[in-house]
Amino acid sequence: MNEAANMTQYLTFTLEKDEFALEVVRVREVMDYTHITKVPRMPEHLCGVINLRGNVVSVVDLRLKLGMEAVRKSENTCIVVVEVRIDGEMLQVGILADSVQEVIDLDDEHISPPPRIGTKLNTHFIRGMGNRGADDFVIILDMDKVLADSCTGAVMSSDDVSAEEHQNVTLLQK
Amino acid sequence: MNAELQTEIPENSDLDREDKMNESGKYTDTYYQETEERLAEVEEAVLDIEQNPHDKEGVNRLFRAMHTIKGSGAMCGFDDIAAFTHHVENVLEKVRRGVIPVTKELTDIILASRDQIKIMLEAAYGKDVVTDAEHSACITAALKNLLAESWQGKTIDPPLSEDKEQSRTYRIQFRPDKGIFGTGTDPTFLLAELAELGECSLDGHKHTIPELKDFEPEHCYLYWNIILTTEKNMNTIRDVFIFVEDNCELRIDVIGEQANWDIETDIGKEHKKIGEILVERGDISSEELRNALKTQKRVGEILVENDTVDKDTVHSALIEQRHVRKISKKQQETVSIRVATDKLDTLVNLVGELVITQARMSQIVSSLDNTELANPIEELELLTVELRDCALNMRMVPIGTSFGKFRRLVRDLSADLDKNIELITEGAETELDKTIIDRLSDPLVHLIRNSIDHGIHTPEERKDMGKPRVGKIHLSATHRGANVEIIVRDDGMGIDAELVFAQALEKGLVSEDAELSRAEIFSLLFTPGFSTAKEVSDISGRGVGLDVVRREIDSLGGTIRISSEVGRGTAFVLSMPLTLAIIDGLLVGVGPERFVLPLSMIEECAELTPEQIAKTRGRNMTPIRGELIPFIRLRDIFTMSGTNPSIEQIVIVKVDNLRVGIVADEIVGNLQTVIKPLDRLYRDAEGISGATIMGDGTVALIADIPELIRCAKD
Repeated sequence: MNEAANMTQYLTFTLEKDEFALEVVRVREVMDYTHITKVPRMPEHLCGVINLRGNVVSVVDLRLKLGMEAVRKSENTCIVVVEVRIDGEMLQVGILADSVQEVIDLDDEHISPPPRIGTKLNTHFIRGMGNRGADDFVIILDMDKVLADSCTGAVMSSDDVSAEEHQNVTLLQK
Repeated sequence: MNAELQTEIPENSDLDREDKMNESGKYTDTYYQETEERLAEVEEAVLDIEQNPHDKEGVNRLFRAMHTIKGSGAMCGFDDIAAFTHHVENVLEKVRRGVIPVTKELTDIILASRDQIKIMLEAAYGKDVVTDAEHSACITAALKNLLAESWQGKTIDPPLSEDKEQSRTYRIQFRPDKGIFGTGTDPTFLLAELAELGECSLDGHKHTIPELKDFEPEHCYLYWNIILTTEKNMNTIRDVFIFVEDNCELRIDVIGEQANWDIETDIGKEHKKIGEILVERGDISSEELRNALKTQKRVGEILVENDTVDKDTVHSALIEQRHVRKISKKQQETVSIRVATDKLDTLVNLVGELVITQARMSQIVSSLDNTELANPIEELELLTVELRDCALNMRMVPIGTSFGKFRRLVRDLSADLDKNIELITEGAETELDKTIIDRLSDPLVHLIRNSIDHGIHTPEERKDMGKPRVGKIHLSATHRGANVEIIVRDDGMGIDAELVFAQALEKGLVSEDAELSRAEIFSLLFTPGFSTAKEVSDISGRGVGLDVVRREIDSLGGTIRISSEVGRGTAFVLSMPLTLAIIDGLLVGVGPERFVLPLSMIEECAELTPEQIAKTRGRNMTPIRGELIPFIRLRDIFTMSGTNPSIEQIVIVKVDNLRVGIVADEIVGNLQTVIKPLDRLYRDAEGISGATIMGDGTVALIADIPELIRCAKD
C-alpha cells in the first residue's frame, strides 16, 4: 500500500439530502449564518453580500445554482468561505450550506469520474465522486466551474430538476 | 601573473544588457523612473525659458536635469543615452554661460533631443519602440552646429536674475484694546485670516485676565504673539488688521529670511563654548561636562523664577524658536522618499478597515453606557480619523504634474494648426488623489484638444473679429469645499446652443417642443455619438467624444458641466472629489435594508405624503416648491418586498441639470465612510456602485444615482 498515495483532505457539507465535498485547501473559513445584504436586480442564486472582517464578500446560494430549491434557513445553516479562480482572478466567495459535516481524507483510488448519464444536474460542475467507504459517496465539486457561470448569471431553473431525478443520481452512484 | 585572472568582458552585448536588467533589476528600475522625472523636468524647463529667455534659473534647471541624465546613464551602463546626452549638455553649458542665446531654434532642438532620449530609454527597457539612429545623428549634427556657430561678439548682457518670491518669517504682536468687542470685531477671524497667509504659530496670552470678580465679559483681555512664515509682504499682513488698526497695538517685525536662514548661525554657535574647549584640551572629560551642564538651569526657567518675566512670555519665545526651527528644517530637507504605490494602497486599505472596526466599537460602547470606556473610545475615534486623513493625504499629489504635460501639448498642437495659443495655468499646487489625477489626464487632454481644434480660430480670423491674435486656454484647479474644481476655459468661438438643439432634434434626441434651458442643451453634448464638428478631424472628434469624458469623470465620482457664450468662449467645469476611498453620503432605509446616496448630488430632502402622490394621479411625480419633480422609488426599482409607509421620504438629487427625487422609507442620517468595491460577481449590478460597512457591522449598498435614472428612463 502506497502510503503517500495522494491523500487529499476534503470538507463535506450538505445541501438538502446530498453530501458534497470541497478540497480543504480551497476553504478559507466556515462561519455562522449572518445578515446578508441583498444586492437588487441580480439573479436569484447571488443572494447578496456580507461583512467578513471589514471586507465585503459575495454570497452564493449553491442550491439555486445547482438547480435545487433555495436554502431554507435553519440553525445549522452556515456560510463556507471558499477561494475560487474566476477569469484568472482569485476571489473569496461565501457559499450557503445547510450544514457542515466533517473533514475526510480521500485518495485518488477512491475517486471515480462523474456520472455521464441520467442526470440533469450539470455534471460540468462535478469533479468526481468520492467513496468514503461502504459505498457512501460524496459529490466533489469543482468550485471554479460552479461560480464561473455566475458572472453571466446562468441559472439552472429549479423546474428542470425534480427531487426524483436527484434520487436517480444517488442511486446511480450505488 | 594576474593575466590569468583577467577575462574579456564583452562590451554592450545583448547578454550584457539582459544581465543589467536581471541582476540589478531594482537598480536599473530606479534609473528608469528617475530619468522619466528628469525628462519631465527638461520639458518644463524648456517651455519656461521659451516664454522667458532671460530666466537664468530655468536654464540652470535644464542643464542640471540633462547632466543628471547623462551621469546616471553612464553609471548604469546606458552608454548610448549618455553619449547622446553629452552633446546636449555641451550646448546647454554654453547657454548657461550666456554664450548661446535662447532662441526658438534652440528650444526646438532641445525638445527634439528630449523626445529622442525618451525613445532611447524605452527601447533600452525592451518597450515596443525602435530608436531611429539616423534621427539621433540628425539631432546631434544640429547640436554641433549650434556649438560651432560663432557667438563671439554677440555676448549677451548678463540676464537679470529673477527674484523668486522670498518667503519671510514675521513676528506679529497683536494687542487689541479692551473695548475691541464693541466695534463688532472678533479677533479670531483676524487670526484665521492670518493663518491663511502661510505657516503660522499662534500663542495666546491669558495672564492679563483678572479674577472672576473683576472680570468684565465685554472686555478683551487677551493678546497674541504670532509667528508667520509667508511669501506675502508686510502690506498684505497689515491689511488683515486694516479695520482694527485704531483699536489695537500692532507690531510686525521680520525675524527671518529664506535666503539667508541658516540654523547653524542660530544662537551663537560660532564660537566654541568654554566646556568644549576644556574637553578638547583634556582638562575635563565629556562625562564631567555633561554632569555639570545637567545642573544648569535653562535660561527661561531662571528668568521666570526671578520674576523678571512671566511664564507666558517665555512660552511665547519658545514658540517662536520652535516655529523658526521648523521652517528652516523644512527648507533644508525637501527630502522625499520614493514609495511604491502598492505599499501605499495596502496602507490605505488597512487604515480603511481600522476605521470601520473603530466605528463599530464606538457604536457598541455608546450602547453600553460605560463612562470608563467612553473616554478612550473617543480618543481612539479622533486618532483614527487623523490616521485616515494622513493615509489618504499620502496619495495626494499636486495637479501641477499633469499641467506640465499640457503645456507641451498646446505648444505642439497649436503650431501644427497654425494657431497662436497660450496656455495659462492656475492652482498647480492643488492636491488630488494620484489615481484621480492619472485618470483625469486623458479627459483633460481631450477637452484641451477640443478647444484648440474647434474652439479657437486662427490669428487672422481672430483679428478680424476684434479679438487679440493670441488665443488663451485657461486651466485652473481650486479647492471648493470637499471637492476640487477644475476649469478648462478658452476665449474662442463658444458653442451655439441653437445649433446644438437643431442637431439633437435631427438625431432624435429631443422632441421639437421640448423646453430646455441653455445648461440642459449643453448637457446634450455629452450624449454618445453627438458631434457638432462637420468633419471628424484627425485631432479630435474621432468618436472618442465628450460622452467618454463624462463617463470617466462619473466613474471617479465627479461631475462636469459646460457653460458657453457664442463669440466669447467656452468653459468646461469639472468637480472632483478629493479621494476615491471615502464617500460622504446620506443613509436611507428601505424596509430592513440600508442604502447610501452620495451627498455631492443631493440638493434637499422632503416628505412625500399620500396627498401629494394623489395630486399627480399615479404618475411618479410630485410638486416641490412649484416645480414638478419626477421620482424613483427605491423599493420599486430594486424590486424589494414590503409596503411603503404612508409618509415616505424624498431626496432631491441633481444630475446633469435634471432634478429627480429618490424615494425611500426613512432617512437615517449622514455618514462618512470607506467605500468597498463589490467583486466581479456583482460587476453588472445595476444601480449600485459599491458597498460600505456600517457601525453595526452590516453592509449598506451605495446607490449609483445616474445609472438608476438611466434605468428608470428605459
